[in-house]
Amino acid sequence: MEFLLQLALNGVVVGSIYALVALGFVIIYKSSGVLNFAQGEFLLLGAYVFWALVEGHAPWPYAVALTILFSILLGLAMERLILRPMIGEPIISVIMVTLGLSSILRAIVLGAWGSDTRPYPALFASEPIQIGPLPISRGYLFSMFTAALLLALFTLFFRYSRVGIAMRATAFSQEVAQSMGISVRRIFAVSWSIAAVVSALGGILLGELRGGVDGSLAILGLKTLPVVILGGLDSIAGAIVGGLIVGVLENLAGGYLDPVMGGGVKEVAPFAALVLILMFKPYGLFGKVKIERV
Amino acid sequence: MRSGDFRTSYEADMAVFDTALARWLLAGFVAALLLFPLIGTSFWLDVSSRVGIAVIAALGLNILTGFTGQISLGNAAFLAVGAYTTAWLAGKGVPFIIAMYVSGLVSALVGMVFGIPSLRLKGLYLAIATLAAHFIVAFTVVHWEAVTGGVNGISIPPAQIGSFTFDSDQRLYYVILAAAIFHLWFAKNLFRTRMGKAFIAVRDHDISAEVMGVDVFRHKLYAFGVSSFFVGVAGSLLAYQAKIISPENFPLSVAIDQLGMIIIGGLGSVLGSIFGAVFITLLPEVLRIVTGALAGQLPQLVQLFAALKLGVFGLTIVLFLIFEPDGMAARWHRIKAYWKLYPFSY
Repeated sequence: MEFLLQLALNGVVVGSIYALVALGFVIIYKSSGVLNFAQGEFLLLGAYVFWALVEGHAPWPYAVALTILFSILLGLAMERLILRPMIGEPIISVIMVTLGLSSILRAIVLGAWGSDTRPYPALFASEPIQIGPLPISRGYLFSMFTAALLLALFTLFFRYSRVGIAMRATAFSQEVAQSMGISVRRIFAVSWSIAAVVSALGGILLGELRGGVDGSLAILGLKTLPVVILGGLDSIAGAIVGGLIVGVLENLAGGYLDPVMGGGVKEVAPFAALVLILMFKPYGLFGKVKIERV
Repeated sequence: MRSGDFRTSYEADMAVFDTALARWLLAGFVAALLLFPLIGTSFWLDVSSRVGIAVIAALGLNILTGFTGQISLGNAAFLAVGAYTTAWLAGKGVPFIIAMYVSGLVSALVGMVFGIPSLRLKGLYLAIATLAAHFIVAFTVVHWEAVTGGVNGISIPPAQIGSFTFDSDQRLYYVILAAAIFHLWFAKNLFRTRMGKAFIAVRDHDISAEVMGVDVFRHKLYAFGVSSFFVGVAGSLLAYQAKIISPENFPLSVAIDQLGMIIIGGLGSVLGSIFGAVFITLLPEVLRIVTGALAGQLPQLVQLFAALKLGVFGLTIVLFLIFEPDGMAARWHRIKAYWKLYPFSY
């Protein structure tokens, strides 16, 4: 029982970070219909930039702020230089351009920082806090609360702020939004920036959890795909719920099946679930259902 | 030399070679390929064998993605299925040609299973489903140690027909060349048949295709089957060429490379598959030669090679998509059209 709870708790912590990264996917998909396969590289780049700043003796709150600034600029540049020429091109081109982009970003990281693991500074005391019968590390707790706080902030942002409402309007119909005086281009740019920022923050939290960054963090961009499919590609609430479910699922599958199957179940379980979801409920839990039989 | 369109019958319009000159040029090109092992070093023989394998695989992907419009990120998985089937069969002493085609069939079967979601999904969703296929096959390859040898890999005895063994680089080169030419011929003719035209109809507009009497779901599945068959054959040849295969031979980047090939070569073009496969396979080799030559002045370039390779690949794809979205095949046709009426093009 304790083992189960421990696994579920780890799942919730990792899942909250998945939810954060998935939020980036959903925001871009909702506003512009692009699925960003370079999301994992945004995360990787953010985590490395933060590491480099801390290594350069910046106090960590400043390092976080500078990483956010960097991510905003990165998102703007990507949207302007690479995605804007792709408007109106077929889906395969748009997918390929984000895959090409992911190669370029990974090359930049590899060229600038090599492939060794870069250790993160330990921000928290190592002795765990007891919650009931369960010991939980301070870093985990911090990550979970930060992710929850950010998710709550973004939910409020989409519900009440002017830009957030404009973004929802654009997702609903680009023509109508345009005719109401919303600059659709600016909305695209804002959504790419937000996606880059949430990914970078997810990267920092993950780096903190793992104690360091290396190239394998980028795989997280792909691991969030089951999350967004489960939640529904165009639903922000879905990203949050999906993130938590997938996080718990993969930890439970890993904990219980790894000893039987000999490792690696944790990595493949979300994708096995993904195939089933796609077959039976392709638009996910909260996605907009588009019925089309061909 | 061709100087205009002088076709007067449907047969002439459908002919693969529109002039005798085109036929002679192709014959000359094939002859040059046949003579290549006499002068090529073993390095270039190895590279050109890999090009041949890449041509077959890219052609397979192009049948699915370029001609039928179904995006697949699972090609590395289908390649692995073909390669491991061959490894298993060859270990049991099955002769080369049979092993190659059984590998193709097994791969086709796996491809059709993962094609089933295309009944309900298209576009982005299908891309994600095939991505899941990649991870599931990769997991199976690592864990089904009795057949695949797990992470340690498995070695493949040289290809054999009767008592003749294809054990040298030259002999293998001829096998791969013959296979590439045969499959190119097959693909070129596939799109002159009903099934091939139905594929194109599904790509251009699925609902219209259905209205015209094309069973869309069935043809999507056929496309997955034919495509994975080609990729499985390529995987089989890859196994014979690599002699030892392990899960490291089939990372996701292989699937992305192959998508890069058909994007750069040209979606929905047999010729484009060749251009793209040659381009993407040669790119790292040329880059290696260039960095090797510059290593004297810039020694740090050698350490950056891995990053450089990745970056140049990504940049090439992005630049092609922005500036030449129809690929090299379209550019080739434009160059040909320009010279057709030169210098009086109006």
